Amino acid sequence: MSDIGAYQGATPTPYEAGFGDYVQLLKPRVMSLVVFTALVGLLVAPVALHPVEAFAAILFIALGAGASGALNMWWDADIDAVMKRTARRPVPAGKVEAGEALAIGLALSGISVVMLWLATNWVAAALLAFTIFFYAVVYSVWLKRSTPQNIVIGGAAGAFPPMIGWVAATGSVSVEAFLMFALIFMWTPPHFWALALFMKEDYHTAGVPMLTVTHGRKSTRVHILVYTLLLVPVALGAAVTSIGGPLTLAVAVVLNAWFVVGAFRIWRRDEAMAEADKYAVEKAFFRFSLLYLFLHFAAFLVELALKSAGLGGW
Amino acid sequence: MTFRPEHELHKRRFSRNLGLGLTLAAFVALVFALTVVKVQRGDPLQGYDHVVQPQSIPTEEGTP
Repeated sequence: MSDIGAYQGATPTPYEAGFGDYVQLLKPRVMSLVVFTALVGLLVAPVALHPVEAFAAILFIALGAGASGALNMWWDADIDAVMKRTARRPVPAGKVEAGEALAIGLALSGISVVMLWLATNWVAAALLAFTIFFYAVVYSVWLKRSTPQNIVIGGAAGAFPPMIGWVAATGSVSVEAFLMFALIFMWTPPHFWALALFMKEDYHTAGVPMLTVTHGRKSTRVHILVYTLLLVPVALGAAVTSIGGPLTLAVAVVLNAWFVVGAFRIWRRDEAMAEADKYAVEKAFFRFSLLYLFLHFAAFLVELALKSAGLGGW
Repeated sequence: MTFRPEHELHKRRFSRNLGLGLTLAAFVALVFALTVVKVQRGDPLQGYDHVVQPQSIPTEEGTP
């Protein structure tokens, strides 16, 4: 006998979350980027893990990222509700209660850190714990609503996964791991500021102090160009370390040249020009930034494959 | 006796229970696989059964 059936039509049924709603709480799209970059960090490391250990390491790094996403959704439910881009997330949409998001975030944080420790080593686990703390507390709680540098400093959280992957395999940090971290860290500000330029109403409505709101849009365009120029030596530097090679360097040169041209075009424009073509240049730059990061990390993998065939590498 | 059509709420509950069940089963399988790998690749294990362990015998000062 159905307990609901008896009351069907009498009282409105409260929403009970399905499994998919909880999965959405872990920000699966962000997790896919984490999985990819952490996998590259782990594979290009000079020490090979057993496939089961490697699988577990990537899984628990991704789970840790998901946990920090759930904690972020718990804390940011109020501003997520007023932004178009985030209003359909499980907590503001009323599918999952904020307390549940907190409980899931905390539980998965503990599980992911302990399991990464057991599967690999304590340094990788400590880095994962720090990453979760950095994203959930330093970025979400402290920085996001208080400073326009939120994206710059908070970008570190998204930059750690390849370093954790490397440390999971080797047990220590090296210049290669640091440069993979720096590549994502320096890439994050221009990527998000380009988004902020054409999603301007969202951040303004939510009262998030994005650079576009606090310093103006012209200043944001200058910042995008400066950070893109600072990104170039990092990307080229990574290509000349032990994880790079001639192919990686060629890919880095082409991608960075293209990225700098895009940033330069954004810098030259004003709001009237952007409004006229509905932010076409900014949108194109944002889309290319996704490809930029993917191709950089894919190049490290291809270089690895070439090296194992006796072709690539320095 | 008639069967009432399944309420949408029950579908969501079922998806949650099934998802959680499969996740837990996968977790158990992964821990088992990790254990097997760790044991196989671990440092030589000390067998304590019927084997004298010199380092375990207390010295005269009473310290092991």
